[in-house]
Amino acid sequence: MNTAPIKIRETVADPNLQKAIYTATGRLMAHRAGSVAPLADYQDLRTAAHELKRHTIENLDYYLEEFERNVIAHGGEVVFCNDGVEVADFILDLAGKRGAHLIVKSKSMTTEEIDLNERLERHGMESVETDLGEYILQLMHQRPYHIVAPALHLTRYQVADLFTEKLGVENEVVIEKQTKIARAVLREKFLAADIGISGANFLIADSGAVVVVENEGNARLSTSAPKIHIAIAGIEKLIPRATDLNVFLKLLGRSATGQALTVYTSFLSGPRREGEIDGPEEFYVVLLDSGRTKLLANAEKRESLFCIRCGACLNHCPVYRKIGGHNYPWIYSGPIGKIITPQFHGVMQDPWLPFASSLCGACAEVCPVKIDIPRQLLQLRAEISESKSSTERRAFGMYAWLMRHPRLFALSGKLGSIFTPRPKNAGWIRHLHGFISVGPLKKWLQERDLPPPAKKSFHDLWKERGK
Amino acid sequence: MPSGRVSLFVTCIVDQVFPKVGLAMADVLERAGYQLDFPPAQTCCGQPAFNSGYRESSREVARHFLDVFRDSEYIVVPSGSCTAMISHHYDDIFENDPDMRKRASEIGARVYEFSQFLTEVAKVDDVGARYDATVTYHDSCHALRELKIKDGPRRLLANVKGLTLLEMEAAQECCGFGGTFSVKFPEISGAMARTKMDSIVKTGASTVVSIDSSCLMQLEGAIRRAGLPIRTMHLAEVLASR
Repeated sequence: MNTAPIKIRETVADPNLQKAIYTATGRLMAHRAGSVAPLADYQDLRTAAHELKRHTIENLDYYLEEFERNVIAHGGEVVFCNDGVEVADFILDLAGKRGAHLIVKSKSMTTEEIDLNERLERHGMESVETDLGEYILQLMHQRPYHIVAPALHLTRYQVADLFTEKLGVENEVVIEKQTKIARAVLREKFLAADIGISGANFLIADSGAVVVVENEGNARLSTSAPKIHIAIAGIEKLIPRATDLNVFLKLLGRSATGQALTVYTSFLSGPRREGEIDGPEEFYVVLLDSGRTKLLANAEKRESLFCIRCGACLNHCPVYRKIGGHNYPWIYSGPIGKIITPQFHGVMQDPWLPFASSLCGACAEVCPVKIDIPRQLLQLRAEISESKSSTERRAFGMYAWLMRHPRLFALSGKLGSIFTPRPKNAGWIRHLHGFISVGPLKKWLQERDLPPPAKKSFHDLWKERGK
Repeated sequence: MPSGRVSLFVTCIVDQVFPKVGLAMADVLERAGYQLDFPPAQTCCGQPAFNSGYRESSREVARHFLDVFRDSEYIVVPSGSCTAMISHHYDDIFENDPDMRKRASEIGARVYEFSQFLTEVAKVDDVGARYDATVTYHDSCHALRELKIKDGPRRLLANVKGLTLLEMEAAQECCGFGGTFSVKFPEISGAMARTKMDSIVKTGASTVVSIDSSCLMQLEGAIRRAGLPIRTMHLAEVLASR
């Protein structure tokens, strides 16, 4: 696709949706600001997180092996997968051997990334999302609208109608009661499930542990009730030591939802030991590449792998706040989506994407691991623009030539000034007609009035001033 | 009394569309005791090409800029965005050209955004201006986030006689201009401008002030389209008023 989806216009023109997005992201912004303000060492924590991630990513081979050794030592198993097909094959094979049919899943962007539910359902498995937002979206056959708040765009009235339609319950608009309805359905699933699948927020190399943070308790149930737990994570989720969580846990909850800590932080390492009262009998960690190793080779691009999926860049992005989460081509939306989508999929698949930014830099300002997103956007733009010949490229070539010839630049300005049709009231231009109403001018005037060029340039006025 | 020689880089947009902003800047700097110089061969900083991904074109324009201003003591610019292009991003575009990179960093260190020059070099917070109005200040993104300019323009405004400075809620939210973004994604850009405009309206201020004419072009374009009675002014124009 060469151009942005047409749906952008619809989203921007929908007042209810606009209000829902702006209010929800605004609330998350305020919560984040309130929660980082008391941290005297907040900026130092960001720097420490950046350096820890850099160190880990630059030594990923070492930490992957250390992690695997420690998972095995705890009685678990590590499975390396290149892509979603390999992940699904592993799960289907295991399910076949164990006679498993029902899977409960906690929230995981990594599994969204590889369309895991669809892949499993095609082979007759039932895979149920147990995070409330994700459960709602699964019923609607929609993708997450936001990395952290997947159903951010929906109102409780929409959820009430959905539950009535899909679950046959009475129309219920009170959120707490809606939660109870979902909980009743999901409890049965937890108890009957054969396999629990989770993501991972962190993988700790020195202890072989998977760390999952959440607020609803569904991840803890998904990973402890069924006999088999499979954690699926990108290889970039590694951190060297358990003590490093001292940095990351302080940043993640605050950046995501403004919580000092989320309600649950689970440390999962290996299956149930003798004498333990709960936990799975089998424990697997699936480590996914799916485009990540491509970035390792590039010192600049690998910074994208530092991301801890807090969603702060989405909340603070004035573009995300207008176009929402479903106008991005992939499940990763907002500023981080704008860089990792082309980096994972290749820049030419959605070449418009890195350009859909005003480069305001709000994302980089709040990123807890200090990913310089605007810098990456600029580099992606260069990759895209310089890879093809286009009218635009020729226009910028002419621009550069003109800017090196000041007299001709002044002359072209003068001509532009003379031939611009000026409104009679000496105001700004609202409409242009005929052959000049094309391209950038037309696009500008679609939304805003345009100032006509000055009759005398600064160059002219400066000469007069000196007289 | 501060002294020194200041070269004006008025930027392409001020030269061609808002030349009075350049004159206002010149007046304020002269009153502050500086000798002014206007290198007439100046054109643009190269940012439009850089932001659109045409690095070679931006390098050509940057080389021209560095040549025109090679002997300047101070270079003062009525734009945070163009200043950041020169002082921050020339380093990126010349990353494979050590000689140009060195030259860019030497000249880049002498480039100041207008309010930054007043508060940090001239050490002036009160230019003796008078402007009777309620005013709200729009933080332009590159000034705020790349040059860390936040308090300076507010101090300068607060010291203007007759002026009441009101903070808007979304002062630090982008106006939606973003260079070619404004015409590549007009729907998004226009919606961002209107959100900013609503925030300005809520303050009850009669005038919105910025240190970037491009933001003001975007905001005034939206304000005029909406038919609102709000003025936009560059900081230099306010500070030149008496």
